[in-house]
Amino acid sequence: MSAPKCLILRAPGINCERETLHAFARAGGAPSFVHSQQLLAQPERLDAYAILAVPGGFSYGDDISSGRVLAQEIKAALGERILKFTQRGGLVLGICNGFQVLVRLGLLPCTQGRLEEEVTLTHNLSNHYECRWVTLQTTKSRCLFLPAGLTLRWPAAHGEGRLVARDPALQRLLLDEGYAAALYVDAQGQPTERYPQNPNGTPLAMAGLTDRSGRVLGVMPHPDRSYLPTHMPDWRRTQIERGQLPLDGDGMVVFREMVRLARAEG
Amino acid sequence: MQAWRIDVVVRSDQQDPMGASALRALRAAALDGVEDVRSRRGYLLAAELTEAQVRAFAAAVLCDPVVDEFVLHAPGATPPPPAGRHAVAVVPRPGVTDPVAHSVQKSLADLRLPVVATGTYRVYDVRGRVDPARLLQVARKALANAVVQEVLLDALPAGLPGEPPLPDLRALPVPLAQLDRAGLERLSQDGGLALDGAEMLAIQRHFAGLGRAPLRMELETLAQTWSEHCKHKTLTGNVRFEGRTIENLLKSTIARVTHTLARDFCVSVFVDNAGIIRFDDEDSVCIKVETHNRPSAIEPFGGAGTGVGGVIRDVLGTGLGARPIASTDVFCFAPPDLPADRVPPGCLPPLSVLKGVVAGVRDYGNPMGIPTVNGGVHFDDDFVGNPLVYVGNIGLLPTARAHKQAHPGDVIVALGGRTGRDGIHGATFSSLALHTDSEMVSSGAVQIGDPITERRAMDAVLRCADEDLVSSITDCGAGGFSSAIGEMAEGLGAAVELQHAPLKYQGLAPWEVWISEAQERMVLAVPPAKLDRLLQVCREEACEATVLGHFTDSQRLVVTFAGTVHADLDLHFLHQGLPVRTQDASYAPPPRSEPKLPPETDCGKALLAVLSDYAVCSKEWIVRQYDHEVQAGSAGKPLCGVRADGPADAAVLAPKLGSLRGVVLSNGLNPRYSKVDPAAMAECSLDEAMRNLVAAGGDPDYTAILDNYCWGNTRDPQALGELVRATEALCALAMTYRTPFVSGKDSLHNEFRAADRTIRIPGCILVTAMSVIGDVRATLTSDGKRAGSLLVLVGVTKDELGGSVYYKTKGELGQNVPRVDHQLGRDVLIGCHRAIAARCVLSAHDLSEGGLGVAVAEMALGGRLGARVDLALVPTGPGVHRPEQILFSESQSRLLLEVAPDRLADLRANLHQVPFAVIGELTRAPELVFHHDGKGLAKVPLDAVERAWKRPLDLDGTLVEAAR
Repeated sequence: MSAPKCLILRAPGINCERETLHAFARAGGAPSFVHSQQLLAQPERLDAYAILAVPGGFSYGDDISSGRVLAQEIKAALGERILKFTQRGGLVLGICNGFQVLVRLGLLPCTQGRLEEEVTLTHNLSNHYECRWVTLQTTKSRCLFLPAGLTLRWPAAHGEGRLVARDPALQRLLLDEGYAAALYVDAQGQPTERYPQNPNGTPLAMAGLTDRSGRVLGVMPHPDRSYLPTHMPDWRRTQIERGQLPLDGDGMVVFREMVRLARAEG
Repeated sequence: MQAWRIDVVVRSDQQDPMGASALRALRAAALDGVEDVRSRRGYLLAAELTEAQVRAFAAAVLCDPVVDEFVLHAPGATPPPPAGRHAVAVVPRPGVTDPVAHSVQKSLADLRLPVVATGTYRVYDVRGRVDPARLLQVARKALANAVVQEVLLDALPAGLPGEPPLPDLRALPVPLAQLDRAGLERLSQDGGLALDGAEMLAIQRHFAGLGRAPLRMELETLAQTWSEHCKHKTLTGNVRFEGRTIENLLKSTIARVTHTLARDFCVSVFVDNAGIIRFDDEDSVCIKVETHNRPSAIEPFGGAGTGVGGVIRDVLGTGLGARPIASTDVFCFAPPDLPADRVPPGCLPPLSVLKGVVAGVRDYGNPMGIPTVNGGVHFDDDFVGNPLVYVGNIGLLPTARAHKQAHPGDVIVALGGRTGRDGIHGATFSSLALHTDSEMVSSGAVQIGDPITERRAMDAVLRCADEDLVSSITDCGAGGFSSAIGEMAEGLGAAVELQHAPLKYQGLAPWEVWISEAQERMVLAVPPAKLDRLLQVCREEACEATVLGHFTDSQRLVVTFAGTVHADLDLHFLHQGLPVRTQDASYAPPPRSEPKLPPETDCGKALLAVLSDYAVCSKEWIVRQYDHEVQAGSAGKPLCGVRADGPADAAVLAPKLGSLRGVVLSNGLNPRYSKVDPAAMAECSLDEAMRNLVAAGGDPDYTAILDNYCWGNTRDPQALGELVRATEALCALAMTYRTPFVSGKDSLHNEFRAADRTIRIPGCILVTAMSVIGDVRATLTSDGKRAGSLLVLVGVTKDELGGSVYYKTKGELGQNVPRVDHQLGRDVLIGCHRAIAARCVLSAHDLSEGGLGVAVAEMALGGRLGARVDLALVPTGPGVHRPEQILFSESQSRLLLEVAPDRLADLRANLHQVPFAVIGELTRAPELVFHHDGKGLAKVPLDAVERAWKRPLDLDGTLVEAAR
């Protein structure tokens, strides 16, 4: 089976495209960049890919609100097309700003299977951007490629990462019905709303969402900055304790599992 | 212009972080009685849209359907503030860059609505018992900056700015043939040209020879090109000092070190935007550090942001285009708690400067996708009028792309942002003293950045470079097009048709277009055959690119606007006609003495006081606001240890994804030493940068350095003498350390004239060091790793408390400032590096401000371990008797190493003859225990260390709490 093709979306202000590309390549995927202008001109190009990744960054400066302008730009031409892409077996990953874009497009959490904005990612309670490593626990979620029960350390780096649902009942449902794929946890491994383990104040500690089909994953913290062993914040201690470094950093699991699933299904 | 106003508010059942933040800011500014603040985000859309269009657009784009709601106000309506609240509206002044307004236009276009004029504003609805006049007064400082924003009370902006008046497009001569020296000087001063009498006379002579008067654009071009900022007149001039004449100070000191050392890793030094050294067989790394002090003093947010943007463009325009991979920022501020009565009129409060600068770096660097990996913050009262903002950037480029040359016939392409009136006279402004009115008078020299426009320019330039489409490139920095095109045209010639330059708005005179320092612009020389492809790449990257003219072989810089000649300058005169300045310098040591302090009665308490000094305390509140992870090259972070709160000595990067080859980046500076002896300050800057670098695993023998001067006022002979003295000390040490300077920068007029006094900064040379290493896995952090490890102190502790933090906590300065023993210093660096490379060391930390006590405390805290140290074991120099000398002396060339007991023999073998001693061990008990002469001296619990160290700059009040 050949390497699954991964479309790494570029756009003005998207700035994590190179590490996202490298992580997919390291996982055995065949990634390439496509600029939003090219994709808007030829939306059908998406159909040639197994995986779509919307990397992190500050698309259009996150002016108005994070991800809003890019989502608005591509919504008409690509919103439904991406939904169909997943229905035909495509996988989608949105990291940080990419997650924000997918939420604004209505692709996440997409509980009703149609594009509407059910949740938002809005300003951190601190009201400013913050870069810090957080600990995540993956849940038994709908997501087809993020295994449950993992404890992962990834860096969060955002100013608008507080995930708020349209109403408290939906916020609860996201957790209860397997949409919340990763939770911020404290030192005891318990989901937490407390700063700084939960860096933005998201109710019910949700750090990532999947959709109804489990084929789309959006995460605020960055697996694309934690996939190499030397990315990890305290790798020297690990090296001293174990005598050597592990093969991967904690973020690599996402890329490996996406590529593995795409290959298995392809 | 009439406009619809749309107020977007967070629904009342939702949290409003922006309102909460404003509430904190108002309370911090001592406005009593405020109970609650809610925020509104306001948008202006020109009245030609219909209400239905505006409503649909607001619902689709401006308003978050999950948490927001919006209110629409018809053009001309004057809505009252919400019941029981005062509304404070913050509105950008006309002409100030407003990137959000541009994005609104883009979304209008995406929704196929008419693209009309737009604007934005913010409103804070304040509830509480407050006096409206006082609220307005406080809000002007706490919620806005009057230079770039207008603040309205209980009113919304009336509409959008109207069309500006038509510009004067004539090419007007400036008659100066009849003026005497005084008249010429007055002309220079009135026109903000910052040229002195001798320079004006040279210009007068040149045009007398031509038999005509200079045109305004010609005079402006000369002023920009000859500015201190562009030509470094002081450092490249001659200096008479202590009976000798130093010709071209820079060449005979700094540059001479580099050329004498002739290190083989240097690829390009002093000739390009940034210094370039070899990284591996294919690629090189380049580095540049700039200052952006003036703009940051007046508008900290915009000043610091555009400083970051500028140095990124420097790197982007290095060689034939380098990819910026990391930023480093070093600031000098007045202490945030400086009493208000010691902040002269015309100066912003130090805390506002600090917060604004940090936000500016954050909001430019993060969206650019360039990690800010390293930095430092220093504090002294004398920075109150002239804060220093050093912004540095490093880039990666193929070595084959390290050199550039434009050719006659190449097309001149301007790329990136549009030109506006922003930033006119920035280059000359930075050469004048700041004064009480600078805040308002010079606002044209202050700008707000637009990082996404720069990001597009970066993406476009790098693609063009990869496709080999350019023959030369530079950034538009100080002097704008005039400097960028003027420099590229040197040795060639250029013909510019300036009417093609895209403008942000109409109303600019041609000379203004020519010297505007509007941000986010690059200038490229493009072979004609490659132009079409280049323009296509730019279109694909949504980056505006415009042909402005072409390079010639005429040796003349000819600028026309719609057919009228506005400048026709001899390039030789432009670049070589500047008279060489000769200045007198003298040096008399300031009268300093050692204080007579009683013996320290409580060394534990003294250590906590030192840890709480602004110079030493945790900078985590700042660090966390910067993205230090983007690009995934981070292999050594600014904060380290089990809870990621220990201070790192240097940044470690592995910039080529998948490769272990790395870069180590560090800085050194201590302004306080300069008050005793600028030579000590200079040496210690270099030694500290090198210690930091080696502690993190950098290779001192594969290291390039940068010198970055900020001085008080070098027109004063004593100040210039201090500079010469510092430079000579720095160069002597750099020769011994075999570290070549590859780039540098100077800002020599950091003086503030208040009504009753002149405040000068202490002379500062920031040394930035960059090393290339083969494998990042051999790098270290400063946090202690294991209980039971030995603590090894390398180097000699001397009677050097002069300028120390310890003395500062006692209200003293002292005299015995640290000096560097050159040979010992080199042996320590080389020996420690050898030991680290041989994996004998588990962690390493440099000793700087606060000395041994601070180093032990930080190593223990980072590892959440305790430490037991016997000060009697520390190798000392003459005159060191008291424990507080050992604990707090800031002697140079010392590192604290953590070594496993079974590796001590290996360590000894690698350190060769370097003095060192085992002084104690890391322990499991969370406390620092110091002994001296067999007696217990101090016992400090680790949580007390943590509180003392984190509290001073815990500006959100979350750090100490978070650590629990």
